[in-house]
Amino acid sequence: MTIVRPMRVDELRDAVMQAARDDRRLEIRGGGSKAAIGAPRDPVILDMRGFAGVVDYDPAELVLTVGAGTPLSEIEALVAGEGQMMAFEPFDHGPIFGQSVGAATIGGVVAAAVAGSRRVTAGSARDHLLGFRAVSGRGEEFVAGAKVVKNVTGYDLPKLMAGSWGRLAAMTELTLKVLPRPRVVATMLAENLDDRMAQAVMTRALASHAEVSAAAHLPAAVNGGRAATLLRVAGFAPSVEARCTLLPELLRAQCALRRSNEDEADALWAAVRYASPLDGPTLWRVHLPPSTLGMLLEAVAPLGGRWVIDWGGGLVWLECGGPAEQIRAAAAACGGQAMLVRAPAESRASIAAQHPRPAGVMALECRVRRAFDPAGVFETGRYPGETDAD
Amino acid sequence: MSIKMPKPDDAVLSRRQEIIAALRAIVPGEGVISEPHELRPYESDGLTAYRQPPMVVVLPETVEQVAAVLRWCHLQGVKVVPRGSGTSLSGGALPLADAVLLGLAKFNRVLDVDYVDRVAVVQPGVTNLAITRAVEDAGFYYAPDPSSQIACSIGGNVAENSGGVHCLKYGLTTNNVLGVELVLMDGEIVRLGGRQLDPAGLDLLGVVVGSEGLLGVVTEVTVRILPKPETARAVLLGFPDPEAAGCCVAQVIAEGIIPAGMEMMDRPAIHAAEAFVQVGYPLDVGALLIVEVDGPAAECDHLIEEIARIARENGVTTLRISTDEEQRLAFWAGRKAAFPAVGRLAPDYYCMDGTIPRRRLPEVLRRMEELSQRHGLAVANVFHAGDGNLHPLILYDANQPGELDRAEAFGNDILRLCVEVGGVLTGEHGVGVEKRDLMPVMFSEIDLKQQQRVKCAFDPDSLLNPGKVFPTLHRCAELGRMHVHHGQLPFPDLPRF
Repeated sequence: MTIVRPMRVDELRDAVMQAARDDRRLEIRGGGSKAAIGAPRDPVILDMRGFAGVVDYDPAELVLTVGAGTPLSEIEALVAGEGQMMAFEPFDHGPIFGQSVGAATIGGVVAAAVAGSRRVTAGSARDHLLGFRAVSGRGEEFVAGAKVVKNVTGYDLPKLMAGSWGRLAAMTELTLKVLPRPRVVATMLAENLDDRMAQAVMTRALASHAEVSAAAHLPAAVNGGRAATLLRVAGFAPSVEARCTLLPELLRAQCALRRSNEDEADALWAAVRYASPLDGPTLWRVHLPPSTLGMLLEAVAPLGGRWVIDWGGGLVWLECGGPAEQIRAAAAACGGQAMLVRAPAESRASIAAQHPRPAGVMALECRVRRAFDPAGVFETGRYPGETDAD
Repeated sequence: MSIKMPKPDDAVLSRRQEIIAALRAIVPGEGVISEPHELRPYESDGLTAYRQPPMVVVLPETVEQVAAVLRWCHLQGVKVVPRGSGTSLSGGALPLADAVLLGLAKFNRVLDVDYVDRVAVVQPGVTNLAITRAVEDAGFYYAPDPSSQIACSIGGNVAENSGGVHCLKYGLTTNNVLGVELVLMDGEIVRLGGRQLDPAGLDLLGVVVGSEGLLGVVTEVTVRILPKPETARAVLLGFPDPEAAGCCVAQVIAEGIIPAGMEMMDRPAIHAAEAFVQVGYPLDVGALLIVEVDGPAAECDHLIEEIARIARENGVTTLRISTDEEQRLAFWAGRKAAFPAVGRLAPDYYCMDGTIPRRRLPEVLRRMEELSQRHGLAVANVFHAGDGNLHPLILYDANQPGELDRAEAFGNDILRLCVEVGGVLTGEHGVGVEKRDLMPVMFSEIDLKQQQRVKCAFDPDSLLNPGKVFPTLHRCAELGRMHVHHGQLPFPDLPRF
């Protein structure tokens, strides 16, 4: 494996242009925590960890500018020290691939559009990336967005970069919106609900004045025989207390709720975040309209699926070795999509990581990629079937 | 009128009757408007200093008609300007003499509401407020609330990525839209996003929102709806000067409070508003803050007390806390009437929209005052204080020779100042025609070309809403040029457009 590690923008530009001249393809990489997603490939690695460190952070402005290669853990510690957070609850994919936490960089988190349980109310990486600096596949440095929280000047290219999986440009610097960290976080817990009732409880809670910030469900089959439905309530103490009183009243007809202690809650939320009870070889991530959750689960249960539910029913982590086409068809029938997150290498060689889009959309995506990377320097073969979309 | 639009194409103008006939074949009856006196209502949008009657107006009713109109125009090389309700403050819907104006007003139905998915699916001509009206009986609302929300359409909100006073807490349009149906300039219909969060593939929806009608025509929008907060309370705070008010704002946020709305007015704006609506604003203050919190009653009661404490620590001289809904609305009445109130001070006003880092506010206001004296025009300021979005209102009289040009020059200086201190040209109104020629103040040529290459991926012939956003029109072939090595393109196996 060849690794190129530029430390400055001019070195990065040279590396990109050199690769184009040499007919070599570059895989933009931070800590490599998500490298096992996508087809096996053998590109030159463009290690972005030389672009690390805090460029500017003024907590009162709610804006943080950092090098894209800065470790996620460092940024989390930095903003926590100021009583703030990245509201989209990014997380490190290491544990999903049997590695420890610590490798993930903020650039990788943004490029993969990673968002945790709070995504259902607080948005994703796309909603918190305000601006960036990057080097395109043409070897040109450019900026888009800005360093203020409210801006509509020019196209919103930060949205494109979030979730671009390193296929448009190599981001060197990111400006993120940060928000105050809640003073108090409580978890209300309902036990032994089946999936259908759990979804009804989550839906009711998310639509209520209790302002639940996250809602997840661990079915009995993956939680030691004891299903756990989690409702997170965060904010200032008097508000959290009032809402923790309101929720059991509101949901009395459906379940008994109790306030979980902190250790128990942390362990349950971590199980949801990393889908850790799902330790089989093949792990999917299905995004879907919550109203179709029951339909999806009915379709994948006969395939031997086991699951963890987050985003109030809008996200299913699905462990299932069944036929990929059946899983994808089930997700599509629900108005959703299934991403192959973890699988043996031979499966990943033939099954695309990303759920295929309609031909017209794939062709448009391809034209947009060529707008940033005309020569395909960043097309590494990680996404089979996507480079010849038009 | 300092901004020049692309020169009309005589060849297209000479084919006007043929173009009208072709459009009538696609959209029958009253859906094609061509009489000069009937074109007048379409000659400008909310940026009324710029006027240009369109060549012809077409008002399709179905997505198939939209696709057919665009496909025909694409094949014939005819430009198209899309239009929602025409409330843009930046000239985004300004017609071109040689372009078809494509109005979406007839797309006015709410198609579906789902309270499990918490979404509403609507046609683009539905007004912003009508979405909330459609879901409020079930206890929901649509959060972005631009001040034109009675009239502005959701399709226009998508094009402009509209904000509003609540967007610090609830986000702009882009944070509240889950999917669109989009017709490309060549007539192809694509669906981006849906009812689920974070769909697969590139976030094309993210770049379509806020693209000012340059990438495609939106024919359906899926928005998130939120449970209506249980209560809302507001506090009215008067300070001796904007510095003290700014310190109060910074401390509110530093203490972890994100208010639903936090609006500042300077002395001229306060006086104008009070003279207009008489809601009892204090006239002996240099800056007025309205801070609103929403949520559970226990939270609002707690936060209002905290905000009052912070205000006292920052030298507040007037402090009123709303005790009922009537009083809360009275606090807002002056702010919501600020634009027409300022409008009474002079025959015309020009509303600017820069964003700055909040900490630079005192300096920006001071230098704006110097600019006001240099240009000989008065300015009043209203300010979305939480997110640093300034709305300076420049007072002028268009009937006085040269005053409009001076107002524009003053406005441009204000926006240059915003960029100089680390801010941006527009926080929520869009670039449109108005700020088009200032784009190089904020972006390099490389930055702008990269954005235009994205435009080329959607509309390679630059037929959709040309003359907006970008100061220089480049041909896509020129933008797409690549370095050729040894007479051969790299990776010949890859497809190119």
